[in-house]
Amino acid sequence: MVGGSARAIHDGIAAGRVSAVEVCRAFLERIEAVNPALNAFNLVAADRALARAGEIDRRRAAGESTGPLAGVPVAIKDNLCVRGMRTTASSRILDRFIPPYDATAVQRLEAAGAVIVGKTNCDEFAMGSSNENSAYGPVRNPWAADRTPGGSSGGSAAAVAARCAPLALGSDTGGSIRQPASFCGVVGLKPTYGRVSRYGLLAFASSLDQIGPIGTTASDAALALSVLAGPDPADATSSRQPVPDFMAALTGDVEGLRIGVPRAFVTEGVDEDVRQAFDEALDTLRRAGATLVDIDLPHATYATPVYYLVATAEASSNLARYDGVRYGHRSRADGNQGLKEMYSRTRDEGFGAEVKRRIMLGTYVLSAGYYDAFYLKAQQVRTLLRQDYDAAFEKADVVAMPTSPTPPFRLGEKTDDPLQMYLADVFTVSANLVGLPAISVPCGFAERSERLPVGLQLTGRLFDESTLLKLSDAYERLTDWHTQRPT
Amino acid sequence: MAAALTLADVERIAALAHLELTAEEKVLFTRQLADILAYAQQVQAIDTSGVPATAHVHARQQTEREDEPHDSLSLADALGNAPDAVPDAGLFRVSRAIGG
Repeated sequence: MVGGSARAIHDGIAAGRVSAVEVCRAFLERIEAVNPALNAFNLVAADRALARAGEIDRRRAAGESTGPLAGVPVAIKDNLCVRGMRTTASSRILDRFIPPYDATAVQRLEAAGAVIVGKTNCDEFAMGSSNENSAYGPVRNPWAADRTPGGSSGGSAAAVAARCAPLALGSDTGGSIRQPASFCGVVGLKPTYGRVSRYGLLAFASSLDQIGPIGTTASDAALALSVLAGPDPADATSSRQPVPDFMAALTGDVEGLRIGVPRAFVTEGVDEDVRQAFDEALDTLRRAGATLVDIDLPHATYATPVYYLVATAEASSNLARYDGVRYGHRSRADGNQGLKEMYSRTRDEGFGAEVKRRIMLGTYVLSAGYYDAFYLKAQQVRTLLRQDYDAAFEKADVVAMPTSPTPPFRLGEKTDDPLQMYLADVFTVSANLVGLPAISVPCGFAERSERLPVGLQLTGRLFDESTLLKLSDAYERLTDWHTQRPT
Repeated sequence: MAAALTLADVERIAALAHLELTAEEKVLFTRQLADILAYAQQVQAIDTSGVPATAHVHARQQTEREDEPHDSLSLADALGNAPDAVPDAGLFRVSRAIGG
């Protein structure tokens, strides 16, 4: 039962072959069995989940409508607010935070009948590419216990890969859905900026953050996006663009679709196994009827420095709210301290090293004398990057790259050198800077001492998630990478 | 452009960011932030004359709405997570702000 897709689980419950409570129990047992080794969950909400599942069964028995995700277990990244459920962003500073409201994405999932099984571990405030920046310890990759699951949505990706839930929510500021999906051998979709409301997402970099689904198939990603997408009065940056029928895009027909490949950009510094899996994936899509075209993204090599300038600047502003006054940790170090000392000590005690590093970097690039040279310059190069993609989408319908230049790296391999960790994001940050939708789908394995998943990343035009989902689904029909599971 | 980052720079930024760093953190961040800034400096070589800045990808979206009252958090909910609140008075309590 725990191996099935979200769609299959929904259909099984809807047809009465299995109850939502039975499904819920099976997944909770699975979590209990594997989570001690994985550390994918910060919190498992067993009682609440069983009560919700019971409610779904009651409504189905009474003939009431139950929704497109009725009875489907979902895991929620721990930087998304669930009313009454501890939400920490894997930070000590929010160790005891109980949200008084639901994130819109969470509210929409539950309204569609989804059953929340728990909150997943992540890098602190979604800042990281390995899940090692969590106050609650790293998540382990289900394929190889000595490797990272990627980050920052490492717990969500690991939970789906280990079949602790068929579906999870992540957030993606510079690759935090796609890179862990790639590392864990599952599907991760970062929708267009504005496609999904960010209300109730603990903000990291507000012009880049976007919520999206992680699942085992493109079809499940489409199903989840159908539920999540659409405008929200509570988020002024949520878009009023019409939401198409994403499921209708899954025709299997990719004839004539043009896949742009930035050859120069995806050649340098890419692991040989990743390159081979990437080339074979492109060949599969070409044989299915898609056309490969060469494109050039001349500013893409600058995307990583631009990203770390823009994202940290926004983070330094967003995280100013954690001051020990309205919520979260407050330093008790000295009963007589003044207000400013309380702020500084609270933040020193509450934040981990990477969060402090990013607040420092962001404060620096926004400070007098450095603003023009770093922050403004980065925003101008961001414009040039947008223009690169505008030109690329004249020739191509999607842009293909590996999701990550390497297979999952070892725990501890990059923790002493933050810059090396940042460079791992080279292929994912552009989509956030430009606001474009992008998906990672399993496309093979790097054979080391263990089999390590490799992901293919497709980036689309603004609001054209449909083409990404169509290509990904067609690719899944021709390959079996997405059906393989860690042992 | 920017000369190498110094310990004094790190102390100045930490004060701006309200972060009380330990001596070890200051030394570590001086080295790490210098490395990151040296790497990020490559953007300064790009000719951006006449190029507008992108602060936000949907900057032109219409976001105004009717100015109508609607529900918001209750006082109890708003104070519920405070480390030191005075619920009866509806206040967050903080330590001395002047002369502290």
